[in-house]
Amino acid sequence: MKIKNNPSLIIGIIITGLILLMAIVGLFWTPYSTTQMDISLKFAPPSFAHIFGCDNFGRDIFSRVMQGAGTTFLVSLSTIAFGMVTGTIIGFLAGYSGGWLDEVIMRANDVINAFPSLLLALVFVSFLGSGLLNIILALGILFIPSFARIARSEMLRLKGMQFVQSAVLIGDSRGRIIFSQILPNAYISILSSAAVGFNNAVIAEAGLSYLGLGVQPPDASLGRMINEAGSFLMQAPWYAIFPGVAIIVLVLGVALISDGVSKID
Amino acid sequence: MKYILKKILTLIIALLVISIIVFIAFSVLPADAAISKLGTDATPERIEALREQLGLNRPVLERYFWWLANAVRGNFGESFQYTGVSVTSLIASRLGNSALLSLISFVMVVVFSIPIGIFSAKRKSFLGRGAMTTVTQITMGIPSFFLGVLLTYLFSLVLHWFYIGRYTPPSENFLAACGYLVFPAIAIALPKIAMTVKFLATSIRSELHKDYVRTAYAKGNTRNGVFYGHVLKNSLVPVITFMGIIVAEIVAGSIIVEKVFSVPGIGTLLITAITNRDYPVVEAVVLLIAFFIIAINFVVDMIYQAVDPRVKL
Repeated sequence: MKIKNNPSLIIGIIITGLILLMAIVGLFWTPYSTTQMDISLKFAPPSFAHIFGCDNFGRDIFSRVMQGAGTTFLVSLSTIAFGMVTGTIIGFLAGYSGGWLDEVIMRANDVINAFPSLLLALVFVSFLGSGLLNIILALGILFIPSFARIARSEMLRLKGMQFVQSAVLIGDSRGRIIFSQILPNAYISILSSAAVGFNNAVIAEAGLSYLGLGVQPPDASLGRMINEAGSFLMQAPWYAIFPGVAIIVLVLGVALISDGVSKID
Repeated sequence: MKYILKKILTLIIALLVISIIVFIAFSVLPADAAISKLGTDATPERIEALREQLGLNRPVLERYFWWLANAVRGNFGESFQYTGVSVTSLIASRLGNSALLSLISFVMVVVFSIPIGIFSAKRKSFLGRGAMTTVTQITMGIPSFFLGVLLTYLFSLVLHWFYIGRYTPPSENFLAACGYLVFPAIAIALPKIAMTVKFLATSIRSELHKDYVRTAYAKGNTRNGVFYGHVLKNSLVPVITFMGIIVAEIVAGSIIVEKVFSVPGIGTLLITAITNRDYPVVEAVVLLIAFFIIAINFVVDMIYQAVDPRVKL
């Protein structure tokens, strides 16, 4: 691994690290209260005291972006974790057993995969209802197919290899083979697609929240902030700009990491 | 021929599977349609009467076939939210706007991404390549609705090039409709252009190292002759499949961007229907978009097969 010659990896880790730090700190402490309103600060432009300015209720936008980034991390990480674990299990199962089970699972995958994630998320939300948990569930289901596909192809690649065949001959159980032989060799491909998935989750969550179908108050959300700011663009353009830039920077950071990781080998 | 038949069979199966899923999701799972229509304070007798009238008492399989037969004829029943208005007429009045918006976005993607992709692939210096990668990487990550908000601020509120909400449908004034839709189309297309540029540039770079390129040079072709006569043609083949994904993404992107620019289209209809639990509308819109995407994938497969004879298996 040559991390020194990998500028995208370094910059990506720095950017993502900073936002993650901001989000984690935001869970416990914010410079100002995120709920207390102060009408004298209504639409206050960015200044030293309020670096991102204030919104229509005079709340500090920087503090709210910190909390919103926290929600975004929480939703996206849980989504990806859910999709990755379920997808990997399904993919390994399909790849290991082969035959009709493999065929059915992969065709179902193709059908789900052909659809834009936002549309499917909307379908799920329309009968699950909105809210933090439902969003994680709806988005998590969407990410199962992509992980299943990768896990399956890794399984097919490794299944025929000698060390796996030897383990089979020794009489290792199926579970033991998957955990001690397949998983250690497959996890890099699975994790690198987690980065791409993470970004899709960030954008999908922001989009759903923008539409008012995602994270509901009192949970902070970058997408909903942009929606609320839409009505006050004339008075306070910074209200919309800072949450949006936060999303872009976060997505950029993770994209750079995934770019850098793919260059490692 | 066998390939096409197999594809058509898969197409039909996919359509049936989608219709079953949509039917279960919106006609079986949700709370009783009769109750949603009459409200919770209706008398049990009235609910029972309406259930009878809507055919909700019949077996699920029978209901599915009736529903499918009606859906094929374009009859999706009445909207819960707008009483007496058929779902079909709601969709028909908005379909044109969404179709035009998606079309403009798609044209933008094709027109801009191919030349920019070529330009990007030809950058050889460390700086030039780094700059192109950075720009595409950032653009790819901009959520289209945020881009839409920025565009409304700049072009509507500051420059007054268009007025948000003052949309004329294409049937009244086609040019005015296009003039308005250009802005949401930019919001949808820009991240997609960046994706396609990245994809095309990668495709070109991997083609450049292949044996036939060396052969083409050895035969005395010029740089541009090799590039445009051989490399570009081959690099564009995988882009065709990618375009299928892009079309699906554009359709999805338009759902959310329509709301930013208050375009009265399928997307705004869908969002309002979901918020108000207007299931017949949600069901019909989802089915429509799903069929469109499956059809697009089918067309892409056919084009791919026509372009690359190796695919005929």
